[in-house]
Amino acid sequence: MAAQSATDELERTGSAGAVTARPRRGAGASLARFAQQTWRPVAVLAALVVIWWAVTAANLIKPYLVPSPGKTFDVILAQTGYFAHNTWITSYETILGFVIAIAVGVLSAVVMVYSPTVEKSLYPLLLFAQVIPKIAIAPLFVVWLGFGLSPKIVVAVLMAFFPIVISTVTGLKSIDPEMLQLSATMGAGAGKTFWKIRFPASLPHLFAGLKVAATMAVTGAVVGEFVGANEGLGYVILQANGNLDTPMLFAGLLIMSLLGVVLFVVVELLEYFVLPWHASRRTDAATTSL
Amino acid sequence: MTSMMAGNTSTQRSSTATATGAAVEIDDVAVRFRTKKKDVTALTDVSLRIEPGEFVSIVGASGCGKSTLLKLVSGLLRPSSGQVRLHGEDVRGPRRDIGYVFQRAALLEWRSARRNILLQAEMRGMPRAQARERADELMAMTGLTGFEDAYPNELSGGMQQRVALCRALLHRPPVLLMDEPFGALDALTREQMNVELRRIWQETGTTVMLVTHSIAEAVYLANRVVVMTPRPGTIAELIDVDLPVERDYGKTMSEPEFARGTGRIRDLLGAASASD
Ligand SMILES: Nc1ncnc2c1ncn2[C@@H]1O[C@H](COP(=O)(O)OP(=O)(O)OP(=O)(O)O)[C@@H](O)[C@H]1O
Ligand SMILES: [Mg+2]
Repeated sequence: MAAQSATDELERTGSAGAVTARPRRGAGASLARFAQQTWRPVAVLAALVVIWWAVTAANLIKPYLVPSPGKTFDVILAQTGYFAHNTWITSYETILGFVIAIAVGVLSAVVMVYSPTVEKSLYPLLLFAQVIPKIAIAPLFVVWLGFGLSPKIVVAVLMAFFPIVISTVTGLKSIDPEMLQLSATMGAGAGKTFWKIRFPASLPHLFAGLKVAATMAVTGAVVGEFVGANEGLGYVILQANGNLDTPMLFAGLLIMSLLGVVLFVVVELLEYFVLPWHASRRTDAATTSL
Repeated sequence: MTSMMAGNTSTQRSSTATATGAAVEIDDVAVRFRTKKKDVTALTDVSLRIEPGEFVSIVGASGCGKSTLLKLVSGLLRPSSGQVRLHGEDVRGPRRDIGYVFQRAALLEWRSARRNILLQAEMRGMPRAQARERADELMAMTGLTGFEDAYPNELSGGMQQRVALCRALLHRPPVLLMDEPFGALDALTREQMNVELRRIWQETGTTVMLVTHSIAEAVYLANRVVVMTPRPGTIAELIDVDLPVERDYGKTMSEPEFARGTGRIRDLLGAASASD
């Protein structure tokens, strides 16, 4: 038995020695690294909840101003169906808005990078669309599109679109000119050069933009709901505010933030799997996001 | 060995030579760059003829137009005046019948060593199995066996350069252009790469143009050395290197012909920098 486990051990260390020249890039290793990077922020979050709890338990703040974590969670547990439905609505608007923003954003960026004329004409327009406060034009979308989900999705798209375009343009432009020259000596056309060199090289930038855009999409959806809705987390918060129901308000806020964090983490996880080469380098640089 | 080499070179010659016979012809070429602030004459009065299977080194001070010369031959750059011909054909745009090794390895960091080499095949639409076999053969030849699946950030600088070299050789280009490929390497690795490159050149019969800052490297590797002087960039002298085909790093360097070659280059470059 002991001998058996000893040989097991030997085999394991043997194979581990063999892979040192070529580190394993399996899903397990990536997940382990991800966990290693995330435990700290999770710990900080837990500490914040403890402080929140301590402050309210010691009665430092009036309960109608800041409810205790217990009371907030009670509200969520008491009305799970209600929260589940409204969370689903906001998630739906957010994700759809995010995905549309990615499609439209990446496409416009590609067109802009390949056509200076389009870039010159589109860029000012883009900037103009970005500086208009979305909350100011959101009512207009309600007038145009009604009380359904579409105006919220439109606001989410508008919020998420800008960082995606900017990051993709930056990524596509930051290509080493020598890489493009190399491609030319290989006789590659524009299509092959784009798919095999330029686009993959731009992905680290694109993902940076996607992370910002993910949180913007949540904000966009909620802003849309503020302006005119009868469901969604924005609606829940607005209602709770009107009723001075702070536990309900906090519950809504909590879930909303959670939604943003989850979307962010999903994008980050995606980055780990799509860009293992880049993520591994970043680990060396010891920069932890989240 | 020598006779086999000669045979190899002659087949190379017959397969690539056209009406004029030369692999590379540069005819009274000038290159001017127009920037916002001023016009720069990078090259002027440059004429050069390189026979198939030759190994030509190019040396000269920084900014004298060595990279520009390679870009001209590859068609990545058009001359302001004069003509460039490759195998008798006018160079009008980027040429795909060359292999180019850049100063930096220019590898795709998301591709393993092997897949970086195979990029050449994918871009050219070469048959996959055949390309893979050739890639493995080249990696064995350059001592990359065991690192086929390693990513560029897991390779040393010398290994990265070797991957770039394999990539440039994958499609058996009749002309190989190398722009300071070993500049970033330590002395020992550089020596090893020189010996390898010389052997690969003998085995493939490729015409090579190599830009380098090392006078010893230039002479050790080449049949001819092009010495360039800056402002404006022009060819100061063509130096024939009368060393035997079979070269040995230590022995070759102690030969009088080697000393003569390096000494002459040093004089030319020194004179150029003294007149600055
Ligand atoms: N795209 C460009 N635009 C403007 N000037 C350029 C351009 N490329 C090169 N030059 C100029 O042309 C001259 C020759 O450049 P080149 O890169 O060929 O030099 P080099 O001999 O390769 O130098 P180094 O040894 O430093 O690589 C330099 O003076 C440089 O400033
Ligand atoms: Mg140069």
